[in-house]
Amino acid sequence: MARKFEFSKLFINLLFTVLSLIVILPFLLVIAVSLTDEKALTQNGYQFIPTSFSLDAYRYLLDAPDILLRAYGVTLTVTVIGSLTGLLLTAMTAYVISRQDYRYNRVTTFYVFFTMLFSGGLVPSYILITQYLHLKDSLWALILPILLSPFNIMVMKGFMSKIPHEIIESAKIDGAREFRIFFRIILPLSTPALATLGLLISFTYWNEWFNAMLYIDDPNKVPLQLLLVRTLNSIEFLTTNSEFTGQLGIDLASFPNSSARMAIAVLAGGPMVVIFPFFQRFFVKGLTVGSLKG
Amino acid sequence: MLKNVSLTQQGAHAGAPPGKRRKTWIGRELHHFKNNRELFLLSLPGILYKLIFAYIPMIGLIIAFKNYRYDLGIFGSKWVGLDNFRYLFTTDTAWRITRNTVLYNTAYILVGTSAALLLAILMNEIKAKWSKFYQTALFLPHFLSWVLVGYVAYAFLNHSDGFINRTLESFGLEPVSWYQNAAPWPVILILVQLWKVVGFNTLIYFAGIIGINSEYYEAARIDGATKRQMAFKITIPLMAPIIIIMLILSIGNMFRGDFGLHYFIPNNSGFLYGSTDIIDTYVYRALREVGNVSMSAATGFYQSVVGLVLVLSANAIVRKINPDNSLW
Repeated sequence: MARKFEFSKLFINLLFTVLSLIVILPFLLVIAVSLTDEKALTQNGYQFIPTSFSLDAYRYLLDAPDILLRAYGVTLTVTVIGSLTGLLLTAMTAYVISRQDYRYNRVTTFYVFFTMLFSGGLVPSYILITQYLHLKDSLWALILPILLSPFNIMVMKGFMSKIPHEIIESAKIDGAREFRIFFRIILPLSTPALATLGLLISFTYWNEWFNAMLYIDDPNKVPLQLLLVRTLNSIEFLTTNSEFTGQLGIDLASFPNSSARMAIAVLAGGPMVVIFPFFQRFFVKGLTVGSLKG
Repeated sequence: MLKNVSLTQQGAHAGAPPGKRRKTWIGRELHHFKNNRELFLLSLPGILYKLIFAYIPMIGLIIAFKNYRYDLGIFGSKWVGLDNFRYLFTTDTAWRITRNTVLYNTAYILVGTSAALLLAILMNEIKAKWSKFYQTALFLPHFLSWVLVGYVAYAFLNHSDGFINRTLESFGLEPVSWYQNAAPWPVILILVQLWKVVGFNTLIYFAGIIGINSEYYEAARIDGATKRQMAFKITIPLMAPIIIIMLILSIGNMFRGDFGLHYFIPNNSGFLYGSTDIIDTYVYRALREVGNVSMSAATGFYQSVVGLVLVLSANAIVRKINPDNSLW
């Protein structure tokens, strides 16, 4: 095709450039605030270009890194355990549903799918977890409630039902049993879907705050997002937290309040923003696989 | 032990002697189960998980009809019939949270779907290299939690130092107490929601569009179709199944609001409940902040039942019009 100048293409590109800026600029504001001197903030308010640059906020946070490090540790633990277990269970359930020759195929599909349509809601789950399973202040309370999502199972099933049945048949003839077929043949063949869903699940765990808000009171088990919730909820959190003030003898009047809050946000969200563009392409592929009705 | 094993083996042989095919229904079912037991075992962890974390809580919904006390437990607490519901629906809370949940979700669906569809169609028109870049930028907020987005919103809306108020001041205008003024919140919430999810939805539709066979477009181009005609005559009709499935799912979720959006963006400010409170934030507050467990459960029950009815009817309507597009 001849390469000619097209006004409409320029317009579309311009539109997307503006939209991309609208999406990205707010983050830059948060970063800018975290890097601004506290006095300048009260004087000039939040600005995109810091009038007087300062790393004080980060220095305060990193001087007593215990809280942040512990929160990172909790979030990492929960993300790793949750993603691996969740992914394995999702694959196992999805595989069974994807087998057309499985006798309880329809029953199981309905059993899983129905939980997407109807649920007991917040209160019964809360009582179950706190009163009957006694998981309050346990990391399991962060892992278990979101372990297995019907939506992910359906996406996985969509992928697995495209694996030719002949492969399974021939493996059976060679004497392989179902467990071996699943772990040795189906799982390796499903790597693209496993990668996509694994990423989705681990992002869910990394960003999980709701169950933390409900079930975690123990300061040693606060994940990153709950730390953010508490900081957002009360400006006093940092200044009253003995670990920040007590052991360092920080002068509260000069404590970088606004900038410290934004610095916490940057430290908590930063890794995601840096890591995610690398995984972008998996998502487009994975979504193409799962979003079309099979 | 050994004796037992050999006995049952003998018993099994005696029960089903070869040649005699007098199996009962249970016998046949057991036989089938034996053939399927390995696959069943594979699905067992998932089934048990759903039983504990999805089905048992459904039984727990009876709390909505009880006066729940922690010391008495679910089954020990006293029945109160429909009292919790009567109480909920006599205050104007029920109306407020229902109205907010439904209206906000309708707005999110309409604005979100049309914006994402438009962007996906436009994205298909530009070079892959550029569209990758835009996708990455628009997709970014999807990976951040609502808590973090709450910080971003706070940086703009905070009363004394927020970017918007300082900008207003620099133009000589009065600053606005955003977290105390309920009126602008529907607009704010819709904009923030759009900002966070439009990239993801665009990507879903875009993935659908690149899945469309390019021969359709080639044929249309030969016939002299314009870009707009191609969008309306090819892209949108072929995308209909995906759009409709997404719509059914969102209609089913009409009664389930986005807790994070409505809790963190308005910063849980009491001044704003009139225009930001949805069923989910109300249920959470009733449980955690007010401590009214039964009331909270009754609201959740109302939410779950209406949600189920909604998704069933949406699917039934779609199936009437075009069976291929329905969810089941």
